[in-house]
Amino acid sequence: MQTTLALLSGIVFACGVFLILRRNMVKFVFGLALISQGINMGIFTAGGLVRHRAPLIPSDQDLLAAGSADPLPQAMILTAIVIGFGILAFTIVLILRTYEVFGQVDIDEVRAVDR
Amino acid sequence: MISLLLLMLLTTLLAPLAPWMIRWAGAKASWALALLPTAIFVQFLSLSGQVFSQGALSWSLPWMSQVGFDLSFYVDGLSLMMGLLVSGIGALIVVYAGGYLKGHPYLGRFFLSLLLFMVSMLGVVISDNLILLFIFWEMTSVTSYLLIGFDHDKKEGRQAALQALLITAGGGLALLAGLILLGLSGGSFDLSILRELGFQASALPQYPWILALVALGAFTKSAQFPFHFWLPGAMQAPTPVSAYLHSATMVKAGVFLLARLQPELGGTDLWFWLLSSVGGITMLWGAFLALSKTDLKQILAYTTISALGLMILLLGTVSALAATAFAALLLAHALYKGTLFMVAGAVDHQTGSRDVRELSGLRRAMPWTATSALLAALAMAGLLPTFSFVAKELALEALLLSPWNWILVSIISLAALSFVFVAAQMIWLFFAGDLKAPKSPVKEGYPSLLLGPLVLSFLGLLMGLWAGFGQGLIHSVGRSLQPLGEFPKLSLWHGFNLPLLLSVSTLVAGLALFHFSNYKSILSWDFIRSPWRLNTRFQDLFEGTLMASGWVTDLLQTGYLRHYLRMVILGILLLFGLSFFKYSLPQLQTDWTDVRLYELGVALIIALAALAATMVQSRLATIACLGVIGFMVATMYVMFSAPDLGLTQIAVETLTVILFALVIYKLPVYQVLSSRINVALDALLSLGMGFLFFVMILSAANLQWHEPISSFHGDNAWLQAYGRNVVNVILVDFRVLDTLGELAVVAVATMGVYSLVRLKRRRKSLL
Repeated sequence: MQTTLALLSGIVFACGVFLILRRNMVKFVFGLALISQGINMGIFTAGGLVRHRAPLIPSDQDLLAAGSADPLPQAMILTAIVIGFGILAFTIVLILRTYEVFGQVDIDEVRAVDR
Repeated sequence: MISLLLLMLLTTLLAPLAPWMIRWAGAKASWALALLPTAIFVQFLSLSGQVFSQGALSWSLPWMSQVGFDLSFYVDGLSLMMGLLVSGIGALIVVYAGGYLKGHPYLGRFFLSLLLFMVSMLGVVISDNLILLFIFWEMTSVTSYLLIGFDHDKKEGRQAALQALLITAGGGLALLAGLILLGLSGGSFDLSILRELGFQASALPQYPWILALVALGAFTKSAQFPFHFWLPGAMQAPTPVSAYLHSATMVKAGVFLLARLQPELGGTDLWFWLLSSVGGITMLWGAFLALSKTDLKQILAYTTISALGLMILLLGTVSALAATAFAALLLAHALYKGTLFMVAGAVDHQTGSRDVRELSGLRRAMPWTATSALLAALAMAGLLPTFSFVAKELALEALLLSPWNWILVSIISLAALSFVFVAAQMIWLFFAGDLKAPKSPVKEGYPSLLLGPLVLSFLGLLMGLWAGFGQGLIHSVGRSLQPLGEFPKLSLWHGFNLPLLLSVSTLVAGLALFHFSNYKSILSWDFIRSPWRLNTRFQDLFEGTLMASGWVTDLLQTGYLRHYLRMVILGILLLFGLSFFKYSLPQLQTDWTDVRLYELGVALIIALAALAATMVQSRLATIACLGVIGFMVATMYVMFSAPDLGLTQIAVETLTVILFALVIYKLPVYQVLSSRINVALDALLSLGMGFLFFVMILSAANLQWHEPISSFHGDNAWLQAYGRNVVNVILVDFRVLDTLGELAVVAVATMGVYSLVRLKRRRKSLL
């Protein structure tokens, strides 16, 4: 399943890259969302996949049973999901503002600010 | 030795105080500032006994010993003489500048740069380590830039400074490469060690490279043809700078370097031809151009180029006699050329002109200046009884013994013609005709303007009359070049011989030339202008470079975000592609079999939704696709033992979809913006990135560089942190600072969103 999921992350990532290369800034935001989704999946896959062995310690035991899923990548991805959402929310509002100021979402038309 | 270095350090530390001293005490503070170079001069003098008896002194402080760089210093005869010149003339110049630039608003800044220059120059001459030498070398270029461009409100000044910097620093880069090659092939970066080993580069296959690179550095610094043109340009500097840097000290750095490395690099045919031809051409060309100038400083600049050419020429011939002649010439030239520049400055300062056509008969008005000018002019013409005469006779004797002697000797004689001519011009200025000057009445300069020229010119006379006075120093310089050489005794009178005959004939010819050219100057040579003006060619090259870089910048910096992204992506793909190409693709362990049907279903949905997101033409449909992907990914997390991720993902995805849906109808519908070609290109790039990502994940999954640290978390989550959900314990206990950072990001994003929304409202109310 690892191979399949790696391929899947690659596909999601590629779609994200394609979207951020568009001229429409709205698509750029969608691309950003897809890229972070793809990367999260990628890290998850690379951290090792285990079925039905969540990293929980049963109430009658002191230690996490051997063979459970690795909790560390999960903790990292959890952080990444939340941060990704923060960035996404900020970007979409920023683009909304840009549209209100410039009346454009075509990034080529607002490049006056870059020059 | 240590006290010398400490004094140099002290000078560096005190130099930044110069502006305050000037503000506090006025130009008089220059007398106090001159104490620093004087102290260094005395220190060098006190070292001379040891240097004469031991040959060389050295001192070293470990710095980066692992790579062979130490702060090592080395004072032999050559360093001693250069050190004496740099510090001695330095002291006189500081006093002189106090008079010359009296009342200049930036006098303090001037002294700061000048003192820093002096320390860098001293560093060049006493460095043992080649890299250290290079660092000081570059520092002289930088301080020289500041000094040439001292009148920074003048465009010519800035331009000349930049030109000098570009040429000398460009040569400096070549020098660095040459020194590194030399150090690597010699096994040490310390010159003293190379010398102990008796290292000779000439047998090595890389010898031509080393020589060419080092020579390039030396030739650019010492204004040799075809790089000579920066030196006349540098005359934009105030005259004290011209007298100090561009005649007596800095331009001799290149000559010094070649002398320093003569034992290691010299003695081959290549050495002889390279130095003799470049030196010879420079000598002739400089002497020739000097004839066409009427500005005193320009005349002196071109004769300086010519004299530097002679020194290079002499270094080309490796013999004890040539080494003696070189040493004598180095000293004699510094004495008379320093004097003449200071005289030119004093004349300019007191009469308001430096043009030989506007001046004459200054002897009564400026008797002391006239005296030193006379002595220096005699020295320049190489006449009895000055020290220059001794030097010139030695040079002729040495070259008569070298291969191709007649060619070399004729070059010198031809160039000497011009020296005699210029000397006659100088004397004419003071001693011929009635007083003529644009400003009247003309008065003698301040004592500070007179001290330097008088000391230097009388020293030249003294050393000529009593030739034994400088003999110890000259011989010890000779020993630096030729450790085993037998050096001739210095004397003013060598008897009636061939060199004397040559001297007399050039003198007569020079005076005749002066007489027939109407006592002034040989017309301006128009043909030297257009294509021969290397100066203009250099300017073209400079502007061409700027244009080309502007073109490249326009090409790369389009202002389109997409283009930057494409370049980044292409760069990543190329870098990875190249390393894959070089080291072959990583071994991927693919296993397509371990898949359950429902997992495959979920994966297919995600893949299709992602592809659809790139293609659908409706905004809402894209949002729907993103939502589908989000929730399916959450399912995937749950299936692979990550319930917390699943929960978070579902919560975040819900929020995202709501946010998008709220915002999206305020944004316009999609339009077709990109051409088909662009779409295809982007698709290709995206595919490449996707494939790269796939390969990276698979290789990362099979790498294990370190024991996983997760077992620690599993073992301690309950026993230490009293939590049974290990992921949660990591987030709120073991890695709680990460979570704090995450919360900070979310808080900042929230503030950003809030302020953007608020901004809109306020703007509306304003409207």
